Amino acid sequence: MNIDLNLLINFTYILSAALFIFGLKMLASPATARRGNLISSIGMLLAIVVALLSQGIDYQYIAIGLILGSLIGVMAAKMVAMTAMPEMVAIFNGFGGAASLLLAWFEYHGKYQDHDESSLFTSIILILTIFIGGMTFSGSMIAYGKLSEKISSAPYLFAGQHIVNFLIILAVLVLGALFVMNPGQGNLYFLILIGVALVFGVMSVIPIGGADMPVVISLLNSYSGLAACAAGFVITNNILIVAGALVGASGIILTNIMCKAMNRSLANVLFSGFGSVKTSGAAGSVVQQGEVKPATAEDVYHILEAADTVTFVPGYGLAVAQAQHQVRELGEILEKNDTEVSYAIHPVAGRMPGHMNVLLAEANVPYDQLIEMDEVNPNMETIDVAVIIGANDVVNPAALNDESSPIYGMPIIEVHRAKTVIVLKRSMNPGFAGIQNALFFNDNTRMFFGDAKASITNLIAEFKG
Amino acid sequence: MVAVFLTLVLVLSIFLGFELIAKVPSTLHTPLMSGSNAISGITLVGAIASLNTGNDTMGLILGVAAVTLATINVVGGYVVTDRMLGMFKKKDGGK
Repeated sequence: MNIDLNLLINFTYILSAALFIFGLKMLASPATARRGNLISSIGMLLAIVVALLSQGIDYQYIAIGLILGSLIGVMAAKMVAMTAMPEMVAIFNGFGGAASLLLAWFEYHGKYQDHDESSLFTSIILILTIFIGGMTFSGSMIAYGKLSEKISSAPYLFAGQHIVNFLIILAVLVLGALFVMNPGQGNLYFLILIGVALVFGVMSVIPIGGADMPVVISLLNSYSGLAACAAGFVITNNILIVAGALVGASGIILTNIMCKAMNRSLANVLFSGFGSVKTSGAAGSVVQQGEVKPATAEDVYHILEAADTVTFVPGYGLAVAQAQHQVRELGEILEKNDTEVSYAIHPVAGRMPGHMNVLLAEANVPYDQLIEMDEVNPNMETIDVAVIIGANDVVNPAALNDESSPIYGMPIIEVHRAKTVIVLKRSMNPGFAGIQNALFFNDNTRMFFGDAKASITNLIAEFKG
Repeated sequence: MVAVFLTLVLVLSIFLGFELIAKVPSTLHTPLMSGSNAISGITLVGAIASLNTGNDTMGLILGVAAVTLATINVVGGYVVTDRMLGMFKKKDGGK
């Protein structure tokens, strides 16, 4: 009977894995994505239900965890604003890592501590789990702090940072070896390793600046999957390994896409403290200067009113100004005016992959109007007006033609080839990277200064008036 | 032998993951992240199956904390992904 039940549980896990795979497959199109998420969640529910059939488990305490976790989870998911999505994902990544760490700790505490039964393989996996889980947790918390501006989003660098990191890795190897030699009596090493993993997570995220957050979140997403995967090896559970590996692969692909979109290697993002390096380089390389041509709401109204095709290019500034609803309203007015409207989105616009798409979807912009960089660039000459809202580096032509620029080589949305460019910007302060943008001085560029939300509201008033 | 078998499962899953995720359009990358976040809460299943009776206080704290955090991940992740995906509408098809 006991064995049959175990078989049933494990076969159901396979079914769950299949449902996860189907769910992810349906994410290939916005039309089926929501159903895909539902299917994936049914897979999870099934796995949880059969796990509850396991022999000899402590229902009372499991119920406490399930109820508490569900309440917090639902509240957080319902209340979070779409602009705060990157923070939310960062926190959840962290919880995923922490849960895997705790599971490994629980296993060690209950089964192996003060016994000598743990094999070499299990010992190594235990260490791997707490290391990945621990650094995912603390790294995600730092990422959350930076995204929510609770701590400065500027890269934090100090002399000898690389040496400290090297020492941490050395400590992990030494402690790990000491633990593996005698896992039963290794409780102290185990606890220190958890501490070291937490420090390592902090150290790996603090040198990374705000605009590089899409890479970091993707990477932490991957780690949280790998942590679950490693925990699966600790308790020899297939479903943890399959699901964890799927998430791990997903995070790695996103990381890769983000790095490519910035034309930088992962190592460069992780270790260079981009922003600070750039400011020093930019000081000497201010080549392009000249007159900017400011425009009033009335000027911009006349330009837009006469345009046949308008493309909006949103950036992180859109999220900061929370102007997505105003942008959609303006887009609708333009469409009524027989203008063709689209939204061109750079892969690293915003603070996480797909950030702009979600904001515009929230404001009811239909997803068939959201176009990717590679789709819009070949047709740029046919676009009458490109409206840049809170984006800077992703439309900076220096990436194409200035070899001395720190962003040289990064693919951009080539709005400078559009007939007219309107840039909504607070002031002439350079963006995050601290580099001047020659686009602002071009003959076909007009600067529309002010808060994006207020500026667009004024524009809408012009159209209505 | 078990280790070999588990590693085989791992390797195949990673390949499958690459194939699946490469097909997700960039429009859906945020829901992909929050949805895969929910999947990484699969640790919950392991935590439930491992949280047996007869734990000391320390064990209980660790086990319950693992179940709670993983549940937040699972429930929060799926609910927020559903909320987001509900916002993606095709032109004119939405209303």
